[in-house]
Amino acid sequence: MYPDPRVIDFVTQHFVPVRVHVKDNAADFRRLGDRFDAHWTPTTLIVDDTGTERYRIEGFLPVGDFLSHLALGLAKAAFARQDYAAAERQYRDVLERFPDTDAAPEAQYWAGVSRYRATNDAAALKATGQAFREHYQDSAWAKKASVWI
Amino acid sequence: MANQIQWGRDFDAALAAAKGKLVLLDFSAAPM
Repeated sequence: MYPDPRVIDFVTQHFVPVRVHVKDNAADFRRLGDRFDAHWTPTTLIVDDTGTERYRIEGFLPVGDFLSHLALGLAKAAFARQDYAAAERQYRDVLERFPDTDAAPEAQYWAGVSRYRATNDAAALKATGQAFREHYQDSAWAKKASVWI
Repeated sequence: MANQIQWGRDFDAALAAAKGKLVLLDFSAAPM
């Protein structure tokens, strides 16, 4: 994943990257593994500047899927800091850039929630429920959004 | 564009320097 220029660009643009290696950094691997309950490789965590984990990717993913989850993690971090406008923008970016990935239906769900949080307008949830009738109908997120229609 | 990721090794130092940015913490067994 990491040698791919798209991943290099995305990581360089959005993150402070730190790697702990199971053998070469064994002490840090154990210490940080215990702290974050991460005991398998590859495990990739998105951590905010308070040290709080905001997103987790476990196991290998092909480049496109990996990028989609990194982008989803950015959106989740924005949601967690209650920057709902940025969160919606970033969730919709996942939908536009990675529409065929597993991250997309989750992004569609949370984009609607972010809009609702930003506006307090329940129409945002209804519109999201309706959007799942057109895309990602078979996803678990469609079931969760079905209550909004 | 960088031609490789400049991985840090010190998580605590990276966190202290993050100042609003997100840290990507990669637990890896890949060859270094």
